[in-house]
Amino acid sequence: MNLFNELKKGLEKTRKGFTEKIEQLVSFSTKIDEEFLEELEAVLIYADVGLRTTEKIMNNVRQGVKDKKINSPADIKPFLKSEISSLLGRDLIRTKISGLPTVILVVGVNGVGKTTTIGKLGQYYQRFGYKIMFAAADTFRAAAGEQLEIWAQRVNADIIRHEEGSDPAAVAYDALQAAKSRNTDILIIDTAGRLHTKSNLMEELKKIYRIISREISEAPHETLLVLDATTGQNAMNQAQLFSQAANVSGVVLTKLDGTAKGGVIVAIKSELEIPVKWIGIGEKADDLRPFQPNEFVEALFDDK
Amino acid sequence: MIFEGLADKLQQTFKKLRGRGKLTESDVNDAMREVRMALLEADVNFKVVKDFINRVKERAVGQEVLDSLTPGQHVIKIVNDELTALMGGTQSRIMISSKPPTVVMLVGLQGAGKTTTAGKLAGLLLKQNKRPLLVAADVYRPAAIKQLQVVGEKVGVPVFTIPGSQDPVLIAKQATDQALAMARDVVIIDTAGRLHINDELMDELVAIKIQAKPHEILLVVDAMTGQDAVTVAESFNTKLGLDGVILTKLDGDARGGAALSIKAVTGCPIKFAGMGEKFDALEPFHPDRMASRILGMGDMLSLIEKAQATIDFEKAKELEQKLRKDEFTLDQFLEQLQQVKKLGPLEDILGMIPGMGNLKKLQDAKIDEKEFKKVEAIIQSMTKKERRNPNLINGSRRKRIAVGSGTRVQDVNRLLKQFYEAKKMMKRLNEMQKSGKKSNFKLPFMR
Ligand SMILES: Nc1nc2c(ncn2[C@@H]2O[C@H](COP(=O)(O)OP(=O)(O)O)[C@@H](O)[C@H]2O)c(=O)[nH]1
Ligand SMILES: [Mg+2]
Repeated sequence: MNLFNELKKGLEKTRKGFTEKIEQLVSFSTKIDEEFLEELEAVLIYADVGLRTTEKIMNNVRQGVKDKKINSPADIKPFLKSEISSLLGRDLIRTKISGLPTVILVVGVNGVGKTTTIGKLGQYYQRFGYKIMFAAADTFRAAAGEQLEIWAQRVNADIIRHEEGSDPAAVAYDALQAAKSRNTDILIIDTAGRLHTKSNLMEELKKIYRIISREISEAPHETLLVLDATTGQNAMNQAQLFSQAANVSGVVLTKLDGTAKGGVIVAIKSELEIPVKWIGIGEKADDLRPFQPNEFVEALFDDK
Repeated sequence: MIFEGLADKLQQTFKKLRGRGKLTESDVNDAMREVRMALLEADVNFKVVKDFINRVKERAVGQEVLDSLTPGQHVIKIVNDELTALMGGTQSRIMISSKPPTVVMLVGLQGAGKTTTAGKLAGLLLKQNKRPLLVAADVYRPAAIKQLQVVGEKVGVPVFTIPGSQDPVLIAKQATDQALAMARDVVIIDTAGRLHINDELMDELVAIKIQAKPHEILLVVDAMTGQDAVTVAESFNTKLGLDGVILTKLDGDARGGAALSIKAVTGCPIKFAGMGEKFDALEPFHPDRMASRILGMGDMLSLIEKAQATIDFEKAKELEQKLRKDEFTLDQFLEQLQQVKKLGPLEDILGMIPGMGNLKKLQDAKIDEKEFKKVEAIIQSMTKKERRNPNLINGSRRKRIAVGSGTRVQDVNRLLKQFYEAKKMMKRLNEMQKSGKKSNFKLPFMR
């Protein structure tokens, strides 16, 4: 199985929208003029990169033209490729699995794919022989516990569940105790979807976070914010406010198998300094990939 | 300032124009740059923005600036009118078929909020004396059927499914007969979330459509959707023929440009807006309010409506009388806080006020429940006299009040400081009103 090809397939739609547009633009243009630059700007905005980051990139492009680094429309593609990959950072950032247990807290707004991502993470880590436990701290949404339970069975993980409507912090607490006593390697905590603007729900999240770090001082070792690739500029607000409440250390970008370009991750990395760690490219257990900035940009710009 | 954000910027742009008669092309171009920014920041589709700007430009150039309006306001009015028109009229209705059952089918991407919306729609129909039946046809996502069953139980509506079945087409087909047998008059089919590019699953929806013969097919769309909203809506519309759209998660701070884009491109009316996770949080969609929200001018109408529904106007009038006589006391202060509290979470309210959507400010302006209880306890530990005349409250009285209310002297001090500040502010607002200075926004109790 060629991971790169598969990734490329998952990102096909993204590539189609983005690369092909740039290519069309390049092939129809004979010189770099204002019209060309405007079209280029459109491509970026169309990819949800957002106004501010687009401006940043466009300024560099204009500078590149001045400095004669870009001399013809054909130079645009490699230039943009290196621009975006330097904005995204070049390295793959892995979660360190150390200490018993390593705790991963998963947060985000409603319906972005938190529970599914946890199932996929379980699948990913289980292959390395780690002992895994899920905590069903979404006690709010109907049947959220059942959903996670089905994933736990699929990927052979333990699960700690309380009944619907109970205190999510108590679920986290019980799971931490259980994970410690059962020598679990990785504990992944699911939380209810919440809009970042609801202060009572964000307080609840802070409480969950506090309980976790009270029980294990370095924990959570990772707080993953799950973002839906179809989300537009609101993702910036989400990233900002979830970071304030739960110290987000990385982003999972889901649903990249659609036509959405997910360009907002460029804005999030460049404006908020939060790295993307995983991408979701489908609904199956295997449809999660560590985010490799190079590979991502390669796949984005590969034209075969 | 009343209109921050876009409106403010437009006013700035047009300042230099004051006193001129007609809008020239270059005046309008400057303004349109700001409008374009605002629309793109709100996730309005790029192409839609382009067309829109051209249309507004055409309308604005060469127009006489009305005497009553400044050029800035004039352009805002054109922009707002055009936006509202583009968004269509209010159509918050499910067309009920003369031959029951009426079949409604909900479709959309994964995670858009279909299942919750199905529950809300059932709740809404119940209130209109209908007898809905929920149909669980999401056989793919783990525990999706269970979710709808729990939802049905909560809103008090039966849920039909074929246990263990992997065939959503069959489930949908049998649902109508089931509804007739149970004497239910509206069938709401919850389908699995799917990508618009997944041909197999899109064909499945067509098969469901053929079998269940829905009267309404509604696309459920997350208000936070970005540029891709148009592609998604177009695909669903081409494949199925949509009758309307339900916009979800509008209770957040998404500006909701997706709504405008979808309406502009598919022509489908937006019928309802999801405003929260509770099952009564489905509201009629108001195009005019959405227009100002997209422009970043806040949702003033909703705020005013909300205030009118919750504020006790007798009390408000009484308070105003007292204010006029400069008799703002701690009793009134408490009363006022209680009224504000009734309006709901403060951040929801502030989000509706122009220029207050700013996140940083929201964080600072938070009133939390505990803090409120404390204030209540402190004021209730004061004597009547003290409440009427806070100047009396000296050091030893402060100590007594703190002990009585189980708080610290610092808390009492802070409260008094807040009170004096509120008093000052009230006085200023009051004077502003008396002097006839027009303020577009009045606090709810300043009617
Ligand atoms: N196409 C696609 N769907 C996904 C992906 N990740 C999650 N989903 C779907 O999105 C929906 C919501 O996911 P869920 O995990 O319940 O979201 P949560 O509310 O954040 O926990 C489900 O139907 C998932 O199958 C992805 O990467 N691609
Ligand atoms: Mg979940």
